[in-house]
Amino acid sequence: MSGTERDVALKLRGITKKFGEFSALNGIDLDIFDGEFITIVGPSGSGKTTLIRLLVGMDRPTAGDIFLRGERINDVPASRRPTCMVFQSLALFPHRTVGQNIEFSLKIRKVAPEARRKRALELISLLHLPQEYYDKKVTQCSGGEQQRVALARALAFDPEILFFDEPLSALDFRLRKTLEKELKDIHRQTGKTFVYITHSLEEAMVMSDRIAIMRKGEIEQVGDPDQIYNEPVNRFVAEFMGEVNLFQVRAGGEGRLEATEFDGTFAAPEDGLQPGQEGILMVRPEVIRFLAPCEAADCVLEGTVYNEYALGSRVQYHVRVDGKMLSVEKLREDRYTGDLDSTVLIGWDVEDSRVLAAES
Amino acid sequence: MQSEQNREGFLCSLPVLVLLAAIFVAPLLVIFGFSVMPGKTFSLLQAPTLENFATIVNQTYYQSLLWSLGLSFATVVILLVVCYPLAFAMAKVFGTFANVITVLVVLTLFVSENIRLFGWVLVLMKGGLLSGGLKAWLGIEMDSLLYDVPAIIFGLVYVYLPFMLFPLVLGIAMVPEELRQAASDLGASRWTVMREIDLPLALPGILVGSMLTFVLCAGAMAESKLLGGQKVIVMADEIETAFTYGQNWPLGSALSVVLIILIGFVAYFVLRRVDLDRIMGKT
Repeated sequence: MSGTERDVALKLRGITKKFGEFSALNGIDLDIFDGEFITIVGPSGSGKTTLIRLLVGMDRPTAGDIFLRGERINDVPASRRPTCMVFQSLALFPHRTVGQNIEFSLKIRKVAPEARRKRALELISLLHLPQEYYDKKVTQCSGGEQQRVALARALAFDPEILFFDEPLSALDFRLRKTLEKELKDIHRQTGKTFVYITHSLEEAMVMSDRIAIMRKGEIEQVGDPDQIYNEPVNRFVAEFMGEVNLFQVRAGGEGRLEATEFDGTFAAPEDGLQPGQEGILMVRPEVIRFLAPCEAADCVLEGTVYNEYALGSRVQYHVRVDGKMLSVEKLREDRYTGDLDSTVLIGWDVEDSRVLAAES
Repeated sequence: MQSEQNREGFLCSLPVLVLLAAIFVAPLLVIFGFSVMPGKTFSLLQAPTLENFATIVNQTYYQSLLWSLGLSFATVVILLVVCYPLAFAMAKVFGTFANVITVLVVLTLFVSENIRLFGWVLVLMKGGLLSGGLKAWLGIEMDSLLYDVPAIIFGLVYVYLPFMLFPLVLGIAMVPEELRQAASDLGASRWTVMREIDLPLALPGILVGSMLTFVLCAGAMAESKLLGGQKVIVMADEIETAFTYGQNWPLGSALSVVLIILIGFVAYFVLRRVDLDRIMGKT
């Protein structure tokens, strides 16, 4: 899914947005490719909502340019952009029926009533809603149905790009999981460019072709889900996905890394650090194994099992090593069978670990 | 449980019920009673008759009634046009500055209506503030602006503006900003947003404001007396005359009943369309 040969739908260059003295966005550069599903992820306050408001046209950047297929659109208002947004609150029109909501943009474009109705019914079935919902009041629809109506309304006038401002965040867990996949399916069926923002990297992983991680008004990393998961560029990105083991290390000689927080050395992964340089060694919980006696691994630590937590298909353990708590995750069938508080050897192979730059 | 709640609700509202019965319902009943008594009598203990209503139909009272309703209607229309932009700005644009406007508008209510109208008499009369000023500075001669229908409507608009403005502000404030943004994102122009989103969703406020001002205007007479100089006799004027100069309580009562019933109809049809719970924020 490398996007280099594809056309750029939306190009951002040096996008900056200031509110008084406060800089919400600091020189964002980003290319959004035609037909991709890109998710912008960041904690609250990272500027992702500000960014999407600029992209939709509800706000203007303080500096920088937005190009839609090469054309500068900074000053084009939302109503005249061929893009559409699904709001966090959905913003369905409560005084209109499902059909009237979906047809709204077509009515404005003076499409004939028959054609409008045909298109609305088409979208209703694309989104797996019963046809008779056409005449139902939106206020009588359930949360999940309202999501679908909002998406149908955004798709109705065939916009080039669809934006999503965390529309699933208000739903309960199971419905959210269903709709995440449904949204990805709709993306496949329509082939449109989807730009989604969320604070949940997990949600982003499920749906996206590419993910951009934002922090404090800047983009930290852009990449496909595998890159974000396996090759995070720094501690912030590494920790965003959930629990991860990070060790402060200094490079010694002979491909060894010395832990600076406790007594120990690790085998260094390739293209690591220059001798004497400091960095962070990242080890994902699922690559750590409980070692049988005499079983070998590139890196071995001795610790005590502090507690275990069932996560459904997997089980997570906290293992205390010299005062530092490590997280280990195993599939249920590979679970640790010993007692809590007993001494264990844990280890991992050097190619499963990764060195990140030290935080300044 | 339900009946327990009902009982508590009834007990809580009892003081108000008693008060309303004594000062609101009882006088109304007396009015209704007198309206079917023979003319120019002062006792409620006579055989009922419809002669007062016959008098109203046979004489020219319908003119006063039409004037009252016509002036009210014109005032409501003007107030809607004048207040909507201001109300919109107060609800959506001004932010805290809207509070300043609210205080200023409410302050005018602290001065008696008659005194404020007399103020306008001094401004609008021949040789008054306006025509005198224009003559002294610009040499423009103008006649008195008083004592005609425009002056009356001006007075009504001026006095009842707050009763239109505040319900409109409430109504427009109920329209979520995101709906307006969503509509414009879907391609709607400002006018379309206003027609498709603002007006329908602010409709409860618009209806309440219109009804309130209509009812108040229909019962008003200070404006036509002071600014209109009795050029037009409105319904409230006729009622007052019947009760005082005419010493004809039954006729005055019958005129009141006609006005009450007409306005009651208007209120009924308007309120039937309004969900008061939604306005009070109880969804």
